[in-house]
Amino acid sequence: MLKPFRFLVFLLLLPLLALPAAAQSDPRDLINELSQGKLRQRIAQVEAIAATGNSDVVPALQALKDGDLYFKKSDKTVYITRKSGRDLALLDPITGEEIEVVASGAVEKIKVNNSLRRLIDKAVGGLTLMSKDPSVRISAAETIFESGDPESLELLDEAIAAEQDPTVRKKMDLARAAVILNTDASDETKIEAVDLVAENGGRNVLNLLKGVTFNASPAVAEAANKAVEQIERTLVLWDYGQTIWYGVSLGSVLLLAAIGLAVTFGVMGVINMAHGEMVMLGAYTTFVVQEIIRNSFPELFNYSLLIALPLAFAVSGGCGLILERGVIRFLYGRPLETLLATWGVSLILQQGVRTIFGPTNKEVGNPDWMSGAYEIGGLVITANRLWIVVFSLFVFAALFVVLKKTPFGLQMRAVTQNRKMASSMGIRTPWVDAFTFALGSGIAGIAGVALSQISNVSPNLGQSYIIDSFMVVVFGGVGNLWGTLIGAMTLGVANKFLEPFAGAVLAKILILVFIILFIQKRPRGLFALKGRAVEA
Amino acid sequence: MSILTGKAKTLGLAAIAAAMMTTVATAQEDTIKVGILHSLSGTMAISETTLKDVMLMLIEEQNEKGGLLGKKLEAVVVDPASDWPLFAEKARELIDVDQVAAVFGCWTSVSRKSVLPVFEELNSILFYPVQYEGEESQRNVFYTGAAPNQQAIPAVDYLFDVEGVERWVLAGTDYVYPRTTNKILEAYLKDKGVAEEDIMINYTPFGHSDWQTIVSDIKAFGSEGKKTAVVSTINGDANVPFYKELGNQGIEATDIPVVAFSVGEEELAGLDTAPLVGHLAAWNYFQSVDTPENAEFIETWKAFTGPDRVTNDPMEAHYIGFNMWVKAVEMAGTTDTDAVIDALVGVSVPNLTGGYSAMMPNHHITKPVLIGEIQEDGQFDVVDSTDGLVPGDAWSDFLPDSAKLISDWRKPLECGNFNVETATCGGKGS
Repeated sequence: MLKPFRFLVFLLLLPLLALPAAAQSDPRDLINELSQGKLRQRIAQVEAIAATGNSDVVPALQALKDGDLYFKKSDKTVYITRKSGRDLALLDPITGEEIEVVASGAVEKIKVNNSLRRLIDKAVGGLTLMSKDPSVRISAAETIFESGDPESLELLDEAIAAEQDPTVRKKMDLARAAVILNTDASDETKIEAVDLVAENGGRNVLNLLKGVTFNASPAVAEAANKAVEQIERTLVLWDYGQTIWYGVSLGSVLLLAAIGLAVTFGVMGVINMAHGEMVMLGAYTTFVVQEIIRNSFPELFNYSLLIALPLAFAVSGGCGLILERGVIRFLYGRPLETLLATWGVSLILQQGVRTIFGPTNKEVGNPDWMSGAYEIGGLVITANRLWIVVFSLFVFAALFVVLKKTPFGLQMRAVTQNRKMASSMGIRTPWVDAFTFALGSGIAGIAGVALSQISNVSPNLGQSYIIDSFMVVVFGGVGNLWGTLIGAMTLGVANKFLEPFAGAVLAKILILVFIILFIQKRPRGLFALKGRAVEA
Repeated sequence: MSILTGKAKTLGLAAIAAAMMTTVATAQEDTIKVGILHSLSGTMAISETTLKDVMLMLIEEQNEKGGLLGKKLEAVVVDPASDWPLFAEKARELIDVDQVAAVFGCWTSVSRKSVLPVFEELNSILFYPVQYEGEESQRNVFYTGAAPNQQAIPAVDYLFDVEGVERWVLAGTDYVYPRTTNKILEAYLKDKGVAEEDIMINYTPFGHSDWQTIVSDIKAFGSEGKKTAVVSTINGDANVPFYKELGNQGIEATDIPVVAFSVGEEELAGLDTAPLVGHLAAWNYFQSVDTPENAEFIETWKAFTGPDRVTNDPMEAHYIGFNMWVKAVEMAGTTDTDAVIDALVGVSVPNLTGGYSAMMPNHHITKPVLIGEIQEDGQFDVVDSTDGLVPGDAWSDFLPDSAKLISDWRKPLECGNFNVETATCGGKGS
């Protein structure tokens, strides 16, 4: 009688005995627990997983951070997932082997929030310090540097002792210094750490050192303060460089928007209110090209902008040609009517696009080579801005060559300088007008391709650039390409230097006031055309 | 016999003719007209067109259920073209010419302010579905969007409690909603003991597209050794370049989270959201909310418009507002403005997040507040929500000259800005 009873007790106790043991030996159970409980309990769960000290759990934690960790609704087991067509492939959370493919309805995502993501970063940093791959060790050291978690000091010391690679070691030393600042180490050790951190300079160090000034002993705080001051002094210089870069980048956007107008308004004298819509058409062409590429030739995505450029030129240029032949040629010499007619056309184009594509923003993706940023010293240069600066200068140069070195450019200049004389020399002036206008519109179209990368593609895209474009052309001097370039860059840089002091709204107003005053003094802009063309 | 048949024939014909006459008459008279006042062209078309569509869908659904008071509903759509004075004109046209029973419309605060006098003068009803700055309570207007205490304050609380934020950037577009909201938030933060130098306030013009300086300023402000967050009231089109710049300059949500009050599913549709995962938004509704009501609503919406269309918070507000109006008209048994206004207070209808929203005496409604994180698919994951429903507060408790005002449109008070200190009706906002 006694035996079976004992056995029963043993059976009852078994799970109680087995659970803690299993939890320590097998991280899989801990990972499976993530499917239970609410977001608030998850911090404890992740801490428990990290406490195993087992680097096998790293893929699961990373997947949790990236939102790729799901659990099956049927048995609550946890898997890493990967997209597989419309379904999800389930991978083992530890080995990464593919187990099965299920419909996305059969699994549920495990939610994360920012504090969990930070916790995971910290945990993964500690777990990957001994990884074989040096780049993984570097990023581990960097996450520890950012978190400054005192608990990782031991791990870090071990890793430093074992480290052979000098660059990785330097990063680890830096991380160690950051950690020491968060412990109760003696003042001397801390001051040493401050010096080590300060040597590295830069904005990210500043954050750490300023934190130290709040809660450390006076001696350490003083050392930190000194370091902060020094870093800030060098940063001021970099800041000037950064502001100039921002200005150049804004200038290049203005240049792109205005350069087509410099042809239609500057050279031909047509007040074209539909210029912004030509830019918009270029942006929508990019969108259509990307849609087709996404659906049919996804491998070409990184070239989508190059493919869109000639098409955008053709679409906007074609529209410009129709607009000139259909409307503007009847209105030469009547600026007010031209203004109203082209404004009407701009509204028609806007509403047309709205009807076809809908009123919402369209997503135009950045190709890989246009995402991210480069850091040069204290400068942060974002890739898309850099490419836009390069591109705008290229467009400027190309237009310059067309105007100065090609027969068409020669005819164009002849017609604008003296229409009657050009006509009597056998130039078909109406067609030169039409193609000049088409050229200006086409350039607006390729500007649209570039602007789709930084702005949103919506029917209102053009409106936000039209005022700026006129401002640049008028300021730079009507009819002068160099004026447009210098004008755009000056306005860009001036705007960016004003912005930190005056705020974005006031900076814009100040620039407008400045231009109004400037035009009073020099009505023909920075670089006024001289000679007969002006009087004509 | 033949005479009889002849007589019967004429009688029958007359009867048919009479019947036809009456059907024609019912088609002309026996519909209840509902006005829809949303911009379908111009800058605001991006947001407001969707609301026109959702109203058409709700009206169609109601008609399939048999209409209202035995009559069919008829939508009257006008286009105020994002032009504020035109809003007032079109509102007048809807009420005077089309004789609509109620109007659903407006998005920006300035458009609402421009139609207020029209609704007051002609005594009609407006349902306003967008989150706004508060500091207003009108007899003819029912505010189904969030007041600041139903969106901004809970979002800031979340940043305080869960993210442990100590430094605050309040960034907004330069107009009345961000300015008032930031004034309330600034007072609230100072109440909580945040120092003056830990708050940075920044305004940008409408449609601002060059965010380089401001984003790097935010980055610098965030590297002062304290946890920093951005509270964004940036409106409409300016959001896309703002988020793109954040992504490009490498500001991640784990470093400096941005919580936005004007960014919903619609706005994210034009963005690659992969670099934005973890940034936050506070609303009273997200498309991802998992309730049977919401699933049904999304299904009808997709069938009505298209499979790629998303739903968002102001759409839910119209859903609630429309159902409240239907219920109030049924209770009052008439579409007479005064009767419906009286019947509306206290009406309670299901919302899409699994609860009931009620219309309060101050013409605001009760709503749950949800905090959502942006996901890679352009949707939000709810990471936090208030425990119960939050009643909308017309007059903020954190602005000294508003704290003493209450609003109660029931008899006998019937006042939108009653000063509890002086016990008089009037003062601010009148």
